[in-house]
Amino acid sequence: MSIGLHKSDFKNPVVRWIDSRMPIFTMMQKEYGTFPTPRNFNYFWNFGALAMVNLVIMIATGIFLAMNYTPHTSMAFDSVERIMRDVNYGWLLRYVHANGASMFFIVVYIHIWRGMFYGSYKAPRELLWILGVVIFLLMMATAFMGYVLPWGQMSFWGATVITNLFSAFPVVGEHIVTLLWGGFSVDNPTLNRFFSLHYLLPFVIVGVVFLHIAALHITGSNNPLGIDPKGPQDTIPFHPYYTAKDSVGIVVYLMVFAVLVFFAPNYLGHPDNYIPANPLVTPAHIVPEWYFLPFYAILRAVPDKLGGVLMMFGAIAVLFVLPWLDGSPVRSMRFRPLARIAFFLWTIAFGVLLWAGGKPAEGTYVLIARLATVYYFAYFLVILPLLGRLERPLPLPESIATPVLRGGGPLPAGAANSPMEKA
Amino acid sequence: MKILKALAVLGALVSLAPAARAAEGAVELPHTRFSFDGIFGTFDRAAAQRGFQVYKEVCSACHSMRLLSYRNLREIGLSEAQVQAIAATVEVQDGPNDEGQMFARPGRASDRFHSPFANEAAARAANNGALPPDFSVIAKAREGGARYLHALLTGYADAPAGFNLGQGMNYNRYFPGHQIAMAPPLNEGQVTFADQTPATVEQMAHDVATFLAWAAEPELEERRQMGVKIILFLAVLGVLAYGVKRRVWADLH
Amino acid sequence: MADTATNPGAEHGDGGNRRDFLKLTAGAFAAVGTGAIAWPFISSMNPARDVLALASTDVELGPIAVGQAITVVWRGKPVFVRRRTAQEIEAARNVNLSELRDPQPDQARVQKDEWLVVIGICTHLGCVPLGQKPTDERGEYGGWFCPCHGSAYDTSGRIRRGPAPLNLAVPGYSFSSDTKIRIG
Repeated sequence: MSIGLHKSDFKNPVVRWIDSRMPIFTMMQKEYGTFPTPRNFNYFWNFGALAMVNLVIMIATGIFLAMNYTPHTSMAFDSVERIMRDVNYGWLLRYVHANGASMFFIVVYIHIWRGMFYGSYKAPRELLWILGVVIFLLMMATAFMGYVLPWGQMSFWGATVITNLFSAFPVVGEHIVTLLWGGFSVDNPTLNRFFSLHYLLPFVIVGVVFLHIAALHITGSNNPLGIDPKGPQDTIPFHPYYTAKDSVGIVVYLMVFAVLVFFAPNYLGHPDNYIPANPLVTPAHIVPEWYFLPFYAILRAVPDKLGGVLMMFGAIAVLFVLPWLDGSPVRSMRFRPLARIAFFLWTIAFGVLLWAGGKPAEGTYVLIARLATVYYFAYFLVILPLLGRLERPLPLPESIATPVLRGGGPLPAGAANSPMEKA
Repeated sequence: MKILKALAVLGALVSLAPAARAAEGAVELPHTRFSFDGIFGTFDRAAAQRGFQVYKEVCSACHSMRLLSYRNLREIGLSEAQVQAIAATVEVQDGPNDEGQMFARPGRASDRFHSPFANEAAARAANNGALPPDFSVIAKAREGGARYLHALLTGYADAPAGFNLGQGMNYNRYFPGHQIAMAPPLNEGQVTFADQTPATVEQMAHDVATFLAWAAEPELEERRQMGVKIILFLAVLGVLAYGVKRRVWADLH
Repeated sequence: MADTATNPGAEHGDGGNRRDFLKLTAGAFAAVGTGAIAWPFISSMNPARDVLALASTDVELGPIAVGQAITVVWRGKPVFVRRRTAQEIEAARNVNLSELRDPQPDQARVQKDEWLVVIGICTHLGCVPLGQKPTDERGEYGGWFCPCHGSAYDTSGRIRRGPAPLNLAVPGYSFSSDTKIRIG
């Protein structure tokens, strides 16, 4: 980059004046206007944009909720109910925020699933993938601390159980827990710091999302075929094609969101969290929010305290090294007949863990959770590395613009790369 | 095709969550119809007012509703004068005054509902060690909501043979564990409704459940009305967005 | 990779003749929707319902002797209630309205001659003027004196000197009995 004013192509004098001094308009034009994007995205590629929209919704509602929330053990519950009853549209802000967390995880789980199915984690997108896993971890921390803030029974006992996970570590465990609590139990200092961090972390997420997108715009997007664009015929500018397509997805997403917020706002929550926190009585059935259930199931599937905690963290940590566990040069599972089956089984295992996490930790539920846990890890640590060597992938199409022969190719009927048809 | 798959994944995620928590082996609640059921249901104001009367004359001897204010009663159709009259029947501690003394004054519409006990310890001491829960959000705080409250109030029965009932406890078909410290609170004819509705246990239970459902979710009617409008708006916007998308992509054929 | 994007027909798809009715309608809908979203956020910053419900205060006038003043809190603001002496009332009545910056006869500012009720906030920049306690400086017009920038008010709470533009505001109030007022 050379020193001096940027040579701007914009005609509007004001835009041009700003752009030549700080070329943000040129940047936007390049990254979101003419940015070359594979022409064959399906609707799974909406979910990145949806996650972005969701993050904005969460931050906006969160800022306004914080204007009325009091992070003190004696006032937190009442201040939340005051938001629900007395603050103008306070119920709307809170229900959007609470259900927004669920929507965020639905969107991000589908986004991750899409990345795993189409091999978006593979070279050269390893760092892009790792940044995504970092965002996922930050989201989990943020969601967990946010759930503590209403200071209901589930808030309190969720906070107690999750922070106690760290006590499993030998020697330093107890000290870490005391440090997290700022005392000898979950109490006012804990609530105070969780509020502070819950407000801070979303902005850290925004920062990492920026890096995630920056990395994406270096490598370019993956696509359903998993092959690189070979020339201009394989790409289209982001705008208007994908802005239009994302808009459709956003409206559908908002409709699902609206159904939850307006007609079933407590459907995904737990009634016990409308009982004020009581440090002396644990509710009969404590379960985390649904989006943590798979990992909670893994925790409980292991009979050893430290082992369970390590497996649970391992279930996420393994995602960081996924790019190096999967040695197959073929990205999209459309062309990997065996890996595709293994991955669908993994999806089922994840669903089973989600289901088992909400069941009592006894009898067959534990057995089922153990089997699913074994498969969860086996997929990453055994099946993918082996398939990378043993599997014979189907022939790849020559390019995005010239797909394999219609009807006779290895693709499922109708799944050929012509997004206009499905649209 | 792909959309269907995505929706299936989403549907699976959504449907798993409540399934996860419904697995608590609770007794199935009897099916009761409420005026606020369904998407377009609203609170039956007359029932809610009768329910408030039941709360005031029966429940409020032990159960607080500390998050509600008397002014909130306007929302179930009481007039300003009625609300002020109800508020004025309680004594509220206020102060300190200019001499530094706390003093009692008649309640105002802006005051919170009067609590029967000064604090939790006093409540336990007066109730054999059991704490009568606060009723402000009770309908949101119990699985089954108003339906559960109605079932609980009408669910008292003699303990089946062989059931080991604790000292001072009562058998209830719907209470978790079936042993509840609260004696059957409602008796036929206990309350005299101004609108001549016969005060059967069933009627009182139904009305007080309606009142408590309103108290827990006073925003429900506004929320659903807004929801219908927003969904309709999004449906139109969705059709338009899809049309624009088709047009934009048309030149790629 | 940047040079792979050369689909000429698609450049700025909504420019010029492609800006058709469908896109305009969709854009208008989206704009209306986005605008509507802003309303709940803005509205949530207005006073909540519990705040509005506390909007009235009762004041017992019995204990206030002639010449004394008390300060009560109404909506989080100080309200001055002064029981004026005959001289103070006369001083307030004998002012030529044309001398006043914010001309108002004393009769229009009180309901009963003896009782002056004003919001104790200087109309300049919101300080609380002195003059409630007998030992306070009351300024040269015998009313109140704002220490921040030297505004002086008379015994009717009208601005007489200094930077403040307006008289001390009179809140809405009513006598619920001879010795009791309700503000708000």
